[in-house]
Amino acid sequence: MTDLDTLDPLITAETWKNAGRDVAVATVIETWGSAPRQAGSHLVIDGEGNFEGSVSGGCVEGAVIAEALDVIASGQPKMLEFGVADETAWRVGLSCGGRIKVYLERLG
Amino acid sequence: MDVQALKALNAARQARRAAILVTDLGDGDGRVILEGDKVDGLLGESVHAALRTGKSSTLEAEGRSYFLNVHLPPPRIVVIGAVHISQALARMAPVAGYDLTIIDPRTAFATGERFEGVDLVADWPEDVLKKRPLDAYTALAAVTHDPKIDDYAISEALRTGCFYVGALGSRKTHAKRVERLKEMGRSGEEIARIAAPIGLDIGASTPAEIALATLAQIVQAFRRRDLVSDLVTGE
Repeated sequence: MTDLDTLDPLITAETWKNAGRDVAVATVIETWGSAPRQAGSHLVIDGEGNFEGSVSGGCVEGAVIAEALDVIASGQPKMLEFGVADETAWRVGLSCGGRIKVYLERLG
Repeated sequence: MDVQALKALNAARQARRAAILVTDLGDGDGRVILEGDKVDGLLGESVHAALRTGKSSTLEAEGRSYFLNVHLPPPRIVVIGAVHISQALARMAPVAGYDLTIIDPRTAFATGERFEGVDLVADWPEDVLKKRPLDAYTALAAVTHDPKIDDYAISEALRTGCFYVGALGSRKTHAKRVERLKEMGRSGEEIARIAAPIGLDIGASTPAEIALATLAQIVQAFRRRDLVSDLVTGE
């Protein structure tokens, strides 16, 4: 394999875990309409908010990372949903107009 | 998911084995199923379908909710010819997620210095492909311009059902190649699958641009392939 392995979030997650870091794995479970990352895509986050991979085109990663710290602390998996950007939810909206469901879990 | 499941999944992916991670969305329990593993019931049917389509999706079974994340082996590219185009292609392919191997018996071309960090084999395709056969997850790009080196590999790629077969050369060169491939026993239908001149028509001029056009054409061939079920061995 190549040094591009470093861009593979699941390899990154294993490497981080082996190094003793807390890790959360976010997975796109379902998409509706226009969504930039297909079901099965991963974002992995460590206990300090470092991340690798993506679940959208950068629109909702910030919110997922914030939730990941909770999931790492509690150990309880969470299902997150993000929809079209509107005025009340602009910070976590998908500007592309799609909706996505993201499963967030702690790597045990 | 526990780290053991993740390790098993990563090991399968690195060994180019099709695998599915089944996550119980209720408790987060993760289980890795490898292609060829026997799985009963509704889950078994869904696993089978997922391996065929390569699509990840949720499944409701026995009052529980599961997510099936499918990991098919990444397609790889075999390039015949350690030429200037191949140097550019060797850099681009891994960025797009493709493994790449270059084969060229001409040791003046196939040097480690010109292809640092690349899987490069300085031997005849006839010999290399016997040990490392082509398959339906492989794209073949023949770019030496030399029939002695290209022809056998092109014929093998057509015979083994490579999802992409591209050959460098003008239309005139290709017309002669078609005649030779017919003499080698390839059918008109098989020969029609060859992308020649190689690469999407983006007006590519430099070796790097031709490499880019070729890589784009390979991605197009893979994403638009309609024989997903045939790509899964043992199906």
